Amino acid sequence: MNSKATFKSLLVASAMAIGMSQAALAQDTVKIGSVLSVTGPSSFLGEPEDKTLRLYVEKINAAGGVAGKKIELVIYDDGGDANKARTFATRLVEDDEVIAMVGGTTTGSTMAMIPVFEDAKIPFISLAGAIEVIDPVRKSVFKTPHTDKMACEKIFEDLKRRNLTKIGLISGTDGFGASMRAQCVKVAPTYGMQIVADENYGPRDSDMTAQLTKIKSTAGVQAVVNPGFGQGPAIVTRNYAQLGMNTIPFYQSHGVASKSFIDLAGAAAEGVRLPAAALLVGDKLPDSDPQKKVVTEYKQAYESATKQPVSTFGGHAYDGLFILVEAMKRANSTDSQKIRDEIEKTKGFVGTAGIVNMSATDHLGLDLSAFRMLEIKGGDWNLVASGS
Amino acid sequence: MAEFLQFLISGLTVGAVYALVAMGFTLIYNASGVVNFAQGEFVMLGGMVTVFVSAAGVPLPLAAVIAVVAAVVIGLLLHRLAIEPARGASAVTLIIITIGASILLRGIAAIVFDKQFHKLPGFTGEAPIDILGAAVQPQSFWVLGGTAVVVVALYVFLEHTLLGKAVLATAANRLAARLVGINTTTIMALAFGGSAAIGAIAGILVTPITLTNYDVGTLLALKGFAAAMLGGMGNPLGAVVGGLLLGLLEAFGAGYLSSTYKDAFAFLVILIVLFAAPQGLFGRRAVERV
Amino acid sequence: MGARLNQRFMILAILAVVIAVLPFLFPSSYYFRVASLVWVSALAAIGLNILMGQAGQVSLGHAAFFGIGAYAVAIGPTHLGIPPWAALLIGAALSAVLAYLVGRPILRLKGHYLAIATLGLGVLVALVISTESRWTGGPDGMPVERLTLFGWRVSGSYTWYWVTGALLLVGTWIALNLDETPTGRAFRALHDSEVAAQVVGVDVARFKLQAFVIAAVYASIAGSALAFMNGFINPDQAGFLHSVELVTIVVLGGLGSVVGSIIGAAVLVTLPQALTIFAEYEHLLLGLIIIVSMIFMRNGIVPSLSGLLLRRARS
Repeated sequence: MNSKATFKSLLVASAMAIGMSQAALAQDTVKIGSVLSVTGPSSFLGEPEDKTLRLYVEKINAAGGVAGKKIELVIYDDGGDANKARTFATRLVEDDEVIAMVGGTTTGSTMAMIPVFEDAKIPFISLAGAIEVIDPVRKSVFKTPHTDKMACEKIFEDLKRRNLTKIGLISGTDGFGASMRAQCVKVAPTYGMQIVADENYGPRDSDMTAQLTKIKSTAGVQAVVNPGFGQGPAIVTRNYAQLGMNTIPFYQSHGVASKSFIDLAGAAAEGVRLPAAALLVGDKLPDSDPQKKVVTEYKQAYESATKQPVSTFGGHAYDGLFILVEAMKRANSTDSQKIRDEIEKTKGFVGTAGIVNMSATDHLGLDLSAFRMLEIKGGDWNLVASGS
Repeated sequence: MAEFLQFLISGLTVGAVYALVAMGFTLIYNASGVVNFAQGEFVMLGGMVTVFVSAAGVPLPLAAVIAVVAAVVIGLLLHRLAIEPARGASAVTLIIITIGASILLRGIAAIVFDKQFHKLPGFTGEAPIDILGAAVQPQSFWVLGGTAVVVVALYVFLEHTLLGKAVLATAANRLAARLVGINTTTIMALAFGGSAAIGAIAGILVTPITLTNYDVGTLLALKGFAAAMLGGMGNPLGAVVGGLLLGLLEAFGAGYLSSTYKDAFAFLVILIVLFAAPQGLFGRRAVERV
Repeated sequence: MGARLNQRFMILAILAVVIAVLPFLFPSSYYFRVASLVWVSALAAIGLNILMGQAGQVSLGHAAFFGIGAYAVAIGPTHLGIPPWAALLIGAALSAVLAYLVGRPILRLKGHYLAIATLGLGVLVALVISTESRWTGGPDGMPVERLTLFGWRVSGSYTWYWVTGALLLVGTWIALNLDETPTGRAFRALHDSEVAAQVVGVDVARFKLQAFVIAAVYASIAGSALAFMNGFINPDQAGFLHSVELVTIVVLGGLGSVVGSIIGAAVLVTLPQALTIFAEYEHLLLGLIIIVSMIFMRNGIVPSLSGLLLRRARS
């Protein structure tokens, strides 16, 4: 053979080899997408979610992947911008061709992305808090965190038990704070609660003494609830103690469910109650508690890998990822529709947030018992015994 | 009465921070005509560097000094690498450059530090002091006192030292200043360094109250800029008055009107003041050369 | 005059060709979406350019009008039963009226004072939008009904690419022609020297106001288009950061250059998408690129590049 023919056949051979290896590679991985707010005002939530997903996808792949395929995780940072989230959602569906998505740190970004995943019929497990994500139920949209409505109900339940009915609200004007405040206002009459004061603060404000002073001087206020997340509640808590309001019971939301809240609020956090996932009190759960194993393992893995305190936000990402992975195993396929059907059939899944039982009308799968009422004592989370 | 005092003191404390940021704006603007939107990042650096250096084991006062030095270095680098090369560019271009610088600094901070919130202990403890019924954090006095010290120091520097007078001369007329032998480039570098120091000090003083995070600079820059404009751009006294006034407007707005619209109230007042006094409260009446 | 006319037609023709040809390079509808975002941002930027570049004023609150246009088409159909296309026109009218009313007192301010006043306006509008959740859905935003024109439901990345592209062509044509009208000349006069313009009899206040209103309408229509495209809107679109982004686009592209605004939009919208490969270094790099671009192309991309080409041509 002359050199030209040799060269040509070599070219063809290598092309075939590359083509075959590409095809083999393509069969070996499956793409899962995620759009998280790793930077920006919601990075308090998004960063632990990002770290959790990366950590566990690595572990899953090290153990052989899912149904023989490795997971390729595609994460984009929307910086808290819903418009950007929408663009990344389109990119994940059209460009990266993911089979499922676990993400959507905030309600704003989730709602902006829902149309994209609904249209493409790709399952979307959201990590956002508001109830409107799954109410009304949309075919391809699920979520793992407890709803803000549930948080209000849990708090009001506890207040009712303590015979406290006149409530002061101080809420952040961010999406989470505003939507939880609206839910609390809606749900209050059902529990016999009366809202006697209603103040707001900007999520980036540095001093809330003016608002708290107004609440303090409201006649008859028996308890104060603070819907919000991030550093706002920490500052509110510090101001609360500064103004000597600790005699009035103070409730936070699950938006502060991370040790860093206790660190930031310091001594002022003593006695504060909040509804949160069992993840925060893993070591205080009785051994018979079904969640104990999962939460203890996750806390250990997360804290040793990231050297940062565990938070329920990362826990929601954990739940989302494993609900998806289990559904993929049950479906034994990478077809988005089949996976979606299996996600809907999730029953008895033990996650960090609670025991998940989904159905065609319930794309969250948690009930009020998944929330535990906690109280901060001695700089640590404690379970409030029912009846106290 | 107790309520009024509570609002007053919280407004003054927050206002003092705005005042320091506004003074930083004013200093740089006077020396170079640049509106430095990266000003808020110096405050962020003051707080964050102190937190991380002291977490590494360095005693707090030394960590604070290191933070101020770090901020000054970054301020000088900002001038040398971003502003100097663009000398002669239009005002808008320079503003965009400082905006780019603030994005850059935030990006670096997110990587070098982290995205969590951090606090510093109050300098003299955390137990609130009771003043006629109002509960005041001891750190508030540090903030107000520190601001007063910086203002006086700046005043003395500008009015009573040769270097300070050179800064004022550069602000009045850059060409004339160069003609009498003032090295305006050095003056500008000095202004950037000084601004950075003021910003960092503000950050260290206020972090025990407001907590710090890689992202606190943006909102502070906005409010500091508004305060500087309210007081009259280019006038240090105006910057202080503007800052304190803005803080008070926010606190009284939240306390007596509506906490939801307190920011709206503050900006509305600024707009009204500007309609009545288009050069700000203490601004020089600008003479437009034809 | 003839040469100028040719230049305007050339720019428009090139833009039309680019819009028509780009789809052949797009492998998926994600690219159509990004391009649509570029067209929308460019439209808003062209309006702002008329105010900042041609008339020489500054506005740090321009996203307010963008937000008004966006929320008009959200609130109108959902809460008031107004057909979407009518809501778009109403939004533009509202923006124009607000610009007219607020512009008269605000535009008496100059320089940085004007900047802070417009900033305040932006903050106020964004605050109202975020707070009045009964109408606006609050900080999490609200869904937007799809646009229907004569029974045809406008949706999908491909469709919106052409719609926004068409809007951009119309907006560009108007802006280019504005330069040659007495209004455009008045703008340029007052940009160069307000005092001199007044001396020769130009009603400075009236023309400043006109520029402000025109810019507001451009932003409003762009905002409405984005709202329809996304099917969703939230208060961030009216916020300070978006205003800063618009100003950066105009300055980066080149103050006074219509083409510059389009190129600035292309750079600032696609750059973050391209920088995602750098993960956590994305913001750092974005800031660096902005600084370096403004140092080396201090008059903006288009003026600096065309200046370079002209010098090459002469030498």
